[in-house]
Amino acid sequence: MAVISITTPLTEAVTRNLKVGDTVEITGRLYTGRDAAHHRLHHGEKPPVDLAGAIIYHCGPVMVKVGDRYECRGAGPTTSSREEPYQWEVMRDHGIRGVIGKGGMGPKTLEGCQKYGCVYLHAIGGSAQVYAERITRVDGVDWMDLGSPEAIWHLWVEKFPCIVTMDSHGNSLHKQVYEHSAKALEGLKA
Amino acid sequence: MSVPSPRAADPTLIASLVELIRRTSTVLPDDVVRAVTAAKTGEEAGSNAAYALDVVSTNICLAKDKSQPLCQDTGSILFYIHTPVGYDQLAFAAAAETAVRQATAKGYLRQNSVDSLTGLNSGDNVGPGFPDLHFHQWDQAHVEVKLMLKGGGCENVGATYTLPNPKFGGRDLKGVENAILDCVLQAQGQGCGPGILGVGIGGDRVSGMACAKTQLLRLLDDTNAHPDLAGLEARVVQKANQSGIGPMGFGGKTTLLGCKVGALNRVPASFFVAVSYMCWAFRRQGVDLNADATIARWIY
Repeated sequence: MAVISITTPLTEAVTRNLKVGDTVEITGRLYTGRDAAHHRLHHGEKPPVDLAGAIIYHCGPVMVKVGDRYECRGAGPTTSSREEPYQWEVMRDHGIRGVIGKGGMGPKTLEGCQKYGCVYLHAIGGSAQVYAERITRVDGVDWMDLGSPEAIWHLWVEKFPCIVTMDSHGNSLHKQVYEHSAKALEGLKA
Repeated sequence: MSVPSPRAADPTLIASLVELIRRTSTVLPDDVVRAVTAAKTGEEAGSNAAYALDVVSTNICLAKDKSQPLCQDTGSILFYIHTPVGYDQLAFAAAAETAVRQATAKGYLRQNSVDSLTGLNSGDNVGPGFPDLHFHQWDQAHVEVKLMLKGGGCENVGATYTLPNPKFGGRDLKGVENAILDCVLQAQGQGCGPGILGVGIGGDRVSGMACAKTQLLRLLDDTNAHPDLAGLEARVVQKANQSGIGPMGFGGKTTLLGCKVGALNRVPASFFVAVSYMCWAFRRQGVDLNADATIARWIY
């Protein structure tokens, strides 16, 4: 499997070039953002960081403060489907180009990816240490009032691996697998 | 419920419980590692499924070597405690709270306890329902403590079904089987499969799900003593693995690593099928304690 190296901030040309099934390695900045942050953005609060061309990582890391800096002790993906009501809006209003998470997302997000030139990148759930190894620095944090797992962490990553499972051309691996498995299980009914 | 206690907690017990939490969060039990390893050999080389299981295997080794959490979602903190008659449960609860606070400060647990009304994170994993303590007395002379850390992603895809249901069938094992497989279908990759199911047939909405969760305390390679349930467990795994959902929902051959089913009596009006989905990062461990609260033996 050929690996495509990408660096943040992403351009539309880069995301449009990615297809479902591609393996990518990201170098640059990731911003974590999950349930509470998306809810807040949805209610019109201005993001504390510039999200244009950015990648949002659905992740609530384990962070421990050592002296005056934070150390990341684990940072795998969280389930993305909870952001389904909000994600397309963040693409439209703030120009993000990538979302990393797990489990995939639904039709609103897929449409947003097509319309605004964004891509959904899948990391492997439960693998906190594999991804923590690729986080070389924790550069800052915003919205800590939401609690550590829900805050917006500024992570610097080197060669952070993901698989493209939803692209900007209307393709979704999750949709394919759901349809196939629903049919297969219907045929296996007791 | 977590029980506030005025008792002074035993420092030895606290240390044993911190070690239990550390090991549960960072080291996958042998029976689960064996199942993941077996699943790897079944996937096609170069497939997304094989990639997912490779990452999982690497993660298992890294977490153990670094003594850091397998998954950043260190989950609900579920203690199952068996004690001799007359054991001081309030003192245990005080020790468990202190151990949880210490394990959180050390980074073995994420700050995971959120006030459902205000959204405030307690920051130390202690609060109503945190940690969750289930006490049982037994006739043995020692204390046994089992711990499960159950992440939110897999907890969210659990479900309780009621039978009869036109989609699944009637109040028999066929209806039960179809309901369980619907849970697998709806979960797709969102529960971090390949998953392990705990299932409770019968009971009420609380006891049925409690039964489902305690099924997860069984070893993955055990055989249900009830032949009908043993057959059901095998069929669910076999059919789920023909669904094509695969690891992380990427497509592939391994959707479940196991299914464990228990049954409770029910009232005539009710027939529940409670399904608790556990992710591959199946963090459960246990210890038998010596009389001085040091660890005598690891259970898994």
